Amino acid sequence: MTRARNNHRVEAAEPQPVSPWRARVILLGLGLGVFALVGRAFELQVRDRDFLEAEGAKRFERTVQVPAGRAAIRDRRGEPLALSAPVESVWAVPEDLLADTASLPLVARLLGQAPDELRAFLQARESRRFVYLRRHMAPADARRVQAVNAEGVFLQREYRRFYPAGEIASQLVGVTNIDNRGQEGMELAYDEWLQGTPGSRRVIRDRTGRVVEDLAEFTPPDPGEDLHLSIDLRLQYVAYRELKDAVDRSGARGGLVLLLDPRTGEVLAMASQPGFNPNRRDEIGTAGVRNRVITDTFEPGSTVKPLLIAQAMDAGIIDWRTQIDTGLGYYKVGRLQIRDFRGYGQLDLAGVLRKSSQVGAAKIGLQVGAEGVWSAYNDFGLAETVGTGFPGEASGVMRHFTEWGEIATATASYGYGLAVTALQLGRAYASLADDGRLRPLSLVKLDEVPPPLRQVVSVENAQRVRHWLEGVVAPDGTANRAAVPGYRVAGKTGTVRKVKADGYDENTHMALFAGMLPADNPQVVGLVVIDEPQHGGYYGGVVAAPVFAKVMKSAARLLRIPPADFQPPASEALTASTDQSSPT
Amino acid sequence: MRRGWGTAVIATLIATTAIAVAVSKHRSRALLDAQQELSWERDRLKTEWAQLQLEEAALAAHGQVERVARERLDMQEPDEFVAVEVTP
Repeated sequence: MTRARNNHRVEAAEPQPVSPWRARVILLGLGLGVFALVGRAFELQVRDRDFLEAEGAKRFERTVQVPAGRAAIRDRRGEPLALSAPVESVWAVPEDLLADTASLPLVARLLGQAPDELRAFLQARESRRFVYLRRHMAPADARRVQAVNAEGVFLQREYRRFYPAGEIASQLVGVTNIDNRGQEGMELAYDEWLQGTPGSRRVIRDRTGRVVEDLAEFTPPDPGEDLHLSIDLRLQYVAYRELKDAVDRSGARGGLVLLLDPRTGEVLAMASQPGFNPNRRDEIGTAGVRNRVITDTFEPGSTVKPLLIAQAMDAGIIDWRTQIDTGLGYYKVGRLQIRDFRGYGQLDLAGVLRKSSQVGAAKIGLQVGAEGVWSAYNDFGLAETVGTGFPGEASGVMRHFTEWGEIATATASYGYGLAVTALQLGRAYASLADDGRLRPLSLVKLDEVPPPLRQVVSVENAQRVRHWLEGVVAPDGTANRAAVPGYRVAGKTGTVRKVKADGYDENTHMALFAGMLPADNPQVVGLVVIDEPQHGGYYGGVVAAPVFAKVMKSAARLLRIPPADFQPPASEALTASTDQSSPT
Repeated sequence: MRRGWGTAVIATLIATTAIAVAVSKHRSRALLDAQQELSWERDRLKTEWAQLQLEEAALAAHGQVERVARERLDMQEPDEFVAVEVTP
């Protein structure tokens, strides 16, 4: 300290003159420094400003996706048919996880793998920056993996589609692919509706990834809307159960059941066999995915007879008292020999339906003429698509009447030479059930009933035919097994030979039954088709009618349709409600 | 002297607003944090809701209910339409 003071004193004692060039050099140095600073500031603040701001934003601003999540598909009572549940996918940066030797075995154990297996898996992909370890894990399991806190292991939120109803309604509901886009059925038809659009927001994140500032840019997610189908899962279950049972027992190739509400045109149940389980990806793409009710056509056979008779009466060519002479059960039209099971002699129209006489139907058809038969079926919508929007909907096949000769007219009268879908045939029966009003069908629950497309036949003729169809189900009719105890049932059988490579095959058949309940004021229309039954008969009245009866019996109970002789109790505490939307 | 007072007042105001800005910024961050916390909670609840719906659907699946009703509870489908008076 003293030395320093001494030194100071020495300097002060002997001042030396500062040479002017030293001062100038320092000034110049300072000047250059200031210039450099100002220049750099200019460069940063003015020239490169936009670039640098963009770079900065890149480092801390993030656009965060706000997922919308695919909406649910539900039945008409709100029961879920397809739901999206969040799941976690575990992904890793291979290099980082391999370096974390302490955590790797733990992670492997939680993923259900051997540590060596996981190590080998990662080593094979070491150069990658992203590899899925496991997709679609249950969130609880995924959090356990996250809790290990291993280096380079991350979770990614995804949605997985679940089908709680499983096989019961699988062909109608359809499936999505792993990226949640509709692939089949209603999932495909209403893909956009269900999908929604994800929103996004712009945020600033701090070092630990927390959002510290929400910037003004915000697009709210537009979630898809729940789709309410017209089917009632309870009826769908019964239809599925009885159809599967019948197909299994008769060794049939397949089959279908369709239930309609004739007053609204809504589809209440739609079952198709063979089926598939939509929760198992490996079953997708098999034949079971096909919804036979909508995509398959078949010859309707005798089930068209009531349609023809109603139209012939409406056209005034026959009336309700008309008698048809079916003779000994043989009738020759050109080269075609039409045969009945046996000779029924004189039959009234009710008798033609009850006995399902081919001769009777052919004679009526020939009286009506080619154009008449053709337009009769056209009026009932057998040649037009139902227009449900379901992917792959078939439209049926019917040649123009100008191409029909006598033989084609006669065969068309009992339902050969034209092909229809179950939807088309079901709709035609629904119009008979609804006093002749043909309605558009809907697979989606309706808020209000759209006006009918047209009045196909008069109210009286529709009621008359319905009454006659009760005779089919009567003890001496062809389908007494379709009867539901306590209810008035109307319906018609059909047994159709199938076309094989060399014409109609005597040994392969389709068994049909179409009907409605209660006959005086139908609330449900049902159609059952069994394709190629092998054991226990092949007639519609033997194979298809019992399925119809079982399904209808349950439907009547579930929809609370009172039986014919039902007297509601005097008390107001209970009313046999026909309200189908209220839960039981 | 008057000018000195004016400067002092303005300086105080500036200081106050500066602090106020800092405080409101802090609060907005705290709120944002809380909001994030809540949206995580909502997410968690949504997940749980989806899981519960699935669980319910699995337990209430018609096949499952039917099996329990028939085998365990020895029930059967009613054969006839019966009206029972129920007093609430």
